[in-house]
Amino acid sequence: MRSDRRMFLKASLLAGGGLALEAFVGAPARAAVAARPAALTAFVSIAPDGQVTIVGKNPEIGQGVKTSLPMIVADELDCDWAQVRIVQADADLARYGVQVSGGSMSTPTNWLPMRQTGAAARAMLLQAAAARWSVPATELATSKGRITHAASGRSCGYGEVASAAARLTPPAPDSLRLKQPAEFTIIGRPIAGIDGPRVLRGEPLFGIDTRLPGMLYAVYEVAPAHGGRLVKADIEAAKAAPGVRHVLPITGDGNADSGLADGIAIVATHWWLANQARAKLAAQWDLSAAKGHSTERYRARAQELLAAGDGQELRREGDPDAALAAAAKRVSARYGYPFLAHGTLEPQNCTAHFKDGRIEIWAPSQTPARGRELVQKMLKLPALDDVIVHVTRAGGGFGRRLLNDYMLQAAAISHALPGTPVQLIWSREDDIRRDYYRPAGWHGFEAGLDAAGRLTAFTDHFVTFGDGARVTRAGTLTLTMPPADLIPHLRFTQSQMPTVLTTGWLRAPGSNALCFASQSFLDEVAHAAGKDLPTLMRELVAEPRVIAPFGGRGVPFDTVRAKGVIDKVLQSSAWAERAHGSRGRSGEAARAKGFAFYFCHHGYFAEVVDASVAGSEVTVHKVWVAGDVGSQIINPFGAENQVRGAIIDGLAQALMGQSIEVVDGVVQQSNFHDFRLARMPITPDIEIAWVKSDHPPTGLGEPALPPVIPALTNAIFAATGQRIRSLPVRLA
Amino acid sequence: MSYRLHVNGQVHTVDVPGDMPLLWVLRDSLGLVGTKFGCGQALCGACTVHVDGVAQRSCQLPVSGVGEGKITTIEHVGTTPIGARLQAAWLEIDVMQCGYCQAGQVMNAASLLATTPKPTRDDIRSAMAGNICRCACYNRIEEAIRMAAGLDPADDAQDEEKAHAV
Ligand code: FES
Ligand code: FES
Repeated sequence: MRSDRRMFLKASLLAGGGLALEAFVGAPARAAVAARPAALTAFVSIAPDGQVTIVGKNPEIGQGVKTSLPMIVADELDCDWAQVRIVQADADLARYGVQVSGGSMSTPTNWLPMRQTGAAARAMLLQAAAARWSVPATELATSKGRITHAASGRSCGYGEVASAAARLTPPAPDSLRLKQPAEFTIIGRPIAGIDGPRVLRGEPLFGIDTRLPGMLYAVYEVAPAHGGRLVKADIEAAKAAPGVRHVLPITGDGNADSGLADGIAIVATHWWLANQARAKLAAQWDLSAAKGHSTERYRARAQELLAAGDGQELRREGDPDAALAAAAKRVSARYGYPFLAHGTLEPQNCTAHFKDGRIEIWAPSQTPARGRELVQKMLKLPALDDVIVHVTRAGGGFGRRLLNDYMLQAAAISHALPGTPVQLIWSREDDIRRDYYRPAGWHGFEAGLDAAGRLTAFTDHFVTFGDGARVTRAGTLTLTMPPADLIPHLRFTQSQMPTVLTTGWLRAPGSNALCFASQSFLDEVAHAAGKDLPTLMRELVAEPRVIAPFGGRGVPFDTVRAKGVIDKVLQSSAWAERAHGSRGRSGEAARAKGFAFYFCHHGYFAEVVDASVAGSEVTVHKVWVAGDVGSQIINPFGAENQVRGAIIDGLAQALMGQSIEVVDGVVQQSNFHDFRLARMPITPDIEIAWVKSDHPPTGLGEPALPPVIPALTNAIFAATGQRIRSLPVRLA
Repeated sequence: MSYRLHVNGQVHTVDVPGDMPLLWVLRDSLGLVGTKFGCGQALCGACTVHVDGVAQRSCQLPVSGVGEGKITTIEHVGTTPIGARLQAAWLEIDVMQCGYCQAGQVMNAASLLATTPKPTRDDIRSAMAGNICRCACYNRIEEAIRMAAGLDPADDAQDEEKAHAV
């Protein structure tokens, strides 16, 4: 989060007058960073009419970053938010550095440089005004984009001195005085998303809305099973279908995971016509790689691996075997969870236009710069500048668009049709069947309690997917998963099996599954010790300390912040009053509360779910959330949206039957009827409490999600006595 | 086949197969991209438009079945009093996250308020159940509909969400 890479500023005169200020990170003078070009982290300009333009650097996927990052600049600049215009940056690693929307990292990495840039622009404007009026800059004040000199009663707008400011040398970023939180005028205020009015007028904003003269629409038919290769294709009938202009069999690079899959592109005047023509394709696929790859088999194999022993050791502390042997009480249980699709509401799509040896791309990608490099490599273009990637708004990300498979497909199609812009759109069926799924996983847990009911030993045998050398993407165990580092004796081990499914990051990757399994199991442990989970967790984090991350990489864990959110949610949910709920008499719904805690993506979250169970029906009435993401909520509107979205997302994973099932590599689900998402009627009331702590603000796209699932399953246990040890929730 | 369509107060002639869903005529023939594709199977509501004021899933409506029906899309719904009130409420409480579903949500809500000007919580929840928001902005969608209907946004909800700092 803290960067030792130095930031420097560059001022220039805007074309047409005004100040342009660019902030770069990475000092070219230093050897360690010389290999990396200095990266523009912020760009702000002030026109003579006072209009402030701020470049939105990171892709907007619904997490509000296009609004929240410019808010940080604008506040230190001390301008009026109504004067601010935001322009989305193209993908340009050399210019902007990392432009990734993922891992809830946009806020922590940009907080300080964005503030310094805004403050520097303000200081230069002040200096210019001071020179014009021949008064000391210290006598000047700013507010809402205006500079005033109280003693003489003079004032001017920022725009009036912007051109003069452009001739000054920018101040050293470290020398700038930044605002105290009490002085913020924009940060911390609920500000509506910048693109809202345009979205509501139906203006073109999303990748799928890209329209170019002469553009055609494409589908990309891939093998029915994962890992399938194209043997041969009879394309004549499809070619003759209405509206179809081209049918192109495309041989990929055999790397289904991060490369181009084999496929047949159908290109037509309307997307629907291209999609209709798929029925006319007669293709022969080699599906042998996927034989035997079925979720049934995976589940059975996982149980065999759990039964067979411990697997490979990943981490050991103390002597877990001896501690378990000496334990007054031992608890063990197995947990599991399924593959999940992302289901971004805007289907994967990309528009590409290859012309004169260069390709221009419009893509809703979370990692546009990465896609740009992949396209250059795939098309063997001489220079990175031969690939231009325009970043469009994305209709949801959730981690799906961290991978750029659809961008490669669109580029390959367009490359085969020079001069014709092509928009590739996946059908929903394509999307559900060719995701980078959250990998399934299984855990064999054991815990030991001493005579006083204290947790002393904890072991987890984790079963995941991999080829022996490498664990599948997003299928690794977090070695700091609580109660690691909080108890003396610990062992984490792992076994793997191969899969042909492509896997990837889903919102709060790793944590979304690990938190369910571990916090549900710890609830069992707490019950065995005669207490409840919050009591157990409070004991574990009782000692105030900051725990360095295992292996030196990652983020330290602060027990005080953990305890802060636990205590807060216990208070807001009135946990003590109805901790154990009411078992329903026959025919009546049983209702209870459940609790869980987790720490991931820099954020501490404790949550309580109030749920009732009638037969196999679960109703969630209310969710209380306590979160600590540092000293400041930058935009309460966006922040609360993120938390609510994460909570409902987690509930849907548990309660909507979400599970990707595979038979011989063929995904059985296809659309929203069999991969169901949350809908309004299941939405509970959500009460959010922020616990502010003296730490720089961190992101909110992810960390609120994980605890809600075990808080729910623990509530179901409290209400019914049924332990939910695998997802999705299925009640007997 | 050639079809004459009444869209947003204008008449358009398009030449497409009769079984092409209205969604794709709007998006790919007329360039009206506000109406969104989400599922193609009447499962998500992203493609909702009005035909004679009534919400319809345009992904399932063949262009040959539209006839003389007057089509309104998100691009035009703001010219109606209900549409304008909904848009204002949406912005006032910052309903959207990614925004992709929101055209469909607003169109569906406008149709609800046209027939049920003062909907109950259950009215709203059942009328909106067919519209998926993957980002799950449901609390605020419900609240914005109540605001647009002139109802107390918090009244019917159990405890309205409050964010309080410590
Ligand atoms: S696209 Fe029509 S309902 Fe989903
Ligand atoms: S706002 Fe993203 S799908 Fe609704």
